[in-house]
Amino acid sequence: MDKLRLLELEKQATIIRMHIIDEVFSANSGHPGGSLSCTDIFTTLYFEEMRVDPKNPKWADRDRFVLSKGHCAPALYATLAAKGFFPEADLNTFRRIDSYLEGHPSMNYVPGCDMSTGSLGQGISTAVGMALAGKIDKKDYRVYSILGDGELEEGLVWEAAMSAAHYKLDNLCAFIDYNGLQIDGNITDVMNPEPISDKFRAFGWNVIDTDGHDIEALKAAMELAKRCKGRPTAVVCHCHKGHGVSFMEDNYGWHGKAPNQEQRDQAIAELQQKLDGIEAEIAKVKEA
Amino acid sequence: MGKVATREAYGNALAQYGADERIVVLDADLSKSTKTDTFKKVYPERHFNMGIAEADMMCVAAGLATCGKIVFASTFAIFAAERACEQIRNSICYPKLNVKICATHAGLTVGEDGASHQCVEDLAVMRALPNMTVISTCDEIETNRAIKAAIDYDGPVYIRLGRLGVEAVHGEDFKFEIGKGVTVRDGKDVTLVATGLMVQESLKAAEILAGKGVDARVVDIHTVKPIDTELLVKCAKETGLIVTVEEHNISGGLGGAVCEALSENYPCKVKMIGVQEKFGKSGTPAALLEKYGLTAEQIAEKVIAAKG
Repeated sequence: MDKLRLLELEKQATIIRMHIIDEVFSANSGHPGGSLSCTDIFTTLYFEEMRVDPKNPKWADRDRFVLSKGHCAPALYATLAAKGFFPEADLNTFRRIDSYLEGHPSMNYVPGCDMSTGSLGQGISTAVGMALAGKIDKKDYRVYSILGDGELEEGLVWEAAMSAAHYKLDNLCAFIDYNGLQIDGNITDVMNPEPISDKFRAFGWNVIDTDGHDIEALKAAMELAKRCKGRPTAVVCHCHKGHGVSFMEDNYGWHGKAPNQEQRDQAIAELQQKLDGIEAEIAKVKEA
Repeated sequence: MGKVATREAYGNALAQYGADERIVVLDADLSKSTKTDTFKKVYPERHFNMGIAEADMMCVAAGLATCGKIVFASTFAIFAAERACEQIRNSICYPKLNVKICATHAGLTVGEDGASHQCVEDLAVMRALPNMTVISTCDEIETNRAIKAAIDYDGPVYIRLGRLGVEAVHGEDFKFEIGKGVTVRDGKDVTLVATGLMVQESLKAAEILAGKGVDARVVDIHTVKPIDTELLVKCAKETGLIVTVEEHNISGGLGGAVCEALSENYPCKVKMIGVQEKFGKSGTPAALLEKYGLTAEQIAEKVIAAKG
């Protein structure tokens, strides 16, 4: 990936993070930690990888995306808005009574949302159905999904892992947002789902471990996933919950809590500083 | 005419209407029992065994439906309606996806397998879900027409089917419409409102009642939700007493649905015949119906007692 493209994607990710903070702040509820954790995966998918058309969200041949960890809706909405599926101005209606941006995503309300999710474990299983449909219809679309690491404690995830491998769904690629934290604390203390990569491997999946905040590495993993035939791919993304906001990072207290005005201002200021730095670098690259 | 189980009729109907390439059938390691193997023999490329994983089967069905498939998902009623209830709720009903849950081995007449496999709560559980249509058929023809109607209807449908062979109630010219009850015997003294194989028992009960001077009407409610309120109100006005008969617990099933419809629109006395807040047990289907008070003779006795 050339330097300029990478900087542009990092800029996009930073803007999405700013939207996430403001969505949760304006709703005074929601899930900032996990949303910030999976932002770089979202950015790489929607701005570098997926075949989607914001003007034709139901396009039959589009790549599909299922947010299995549905509580990270702020990241999904910010990404879809940035991609042009709906106005960015609507993001601050998140969780309001007259808004289409539900606390957890509904496919019937949100343009570009391929599946209603929120109940953990179900999203990846529905993604298996979409991938199976692609095989039945001999279509070349791919199906992507993001799961939480705590979500792996749901038995249904492993039923889905079994059926995806059984039906050789190499058009399915799941990203595990492996940030090590869930609502009640460390995943290893609450109910240890580790070793995550070994488990997926044992279930017959192609497994790629990567830095979940390294856009180039994420893109490389997506390319590897496409080349793998006969098996679904799990990209185990080593992430930090709350990434990009110093006081939220690696703190499970920010799983499902909204910032107050002061915290919101600090978070936005940090992200703005990051954005200014990226823009300065972009200017430098363009000059050179 | 021989007896045919509604599950048998289901498998045959799938094979009959299966040429529609949008149809995909899922099963959870019970395809010989649910009879989806009849479809598999004709269209193996569109039949998928999901293994003993009902929750996954329901969500995979939802995912397939988002891609334009008409999905039939089958297992025993207990594992469909109850083990996978929340998957049906969140991944099928909430997004209103085109999935047909065809649940066999409903009710006590599963027989010898006993209580763990005898689902007597599914109508109540499925009826509580918004966007769900709930159907319970009584014979071969009605099942065949219900499957066709489910294919033509866009949205979630739960169809309750049985293991036991049952006599025919309806003829070849039977017209099935979702939400429309069918008067299968006219009468003026009481209306027996039945579903599933209790339609046959109620018809026999009506014969017994006729011998005792009671002219009983029998209504087949194949669609428990949305229920045919208009027909129920008409029956209540014309015959007074309504008696509901179901192979299901008395909480929240057909009886509950009938009471809800009548209490809002035409309050009248309703006697509910069904499983009285009990689990099933092992035994032959005939012995079970006797033990739980669901034979034609027992129904007739209860009707006479209710008439007072």
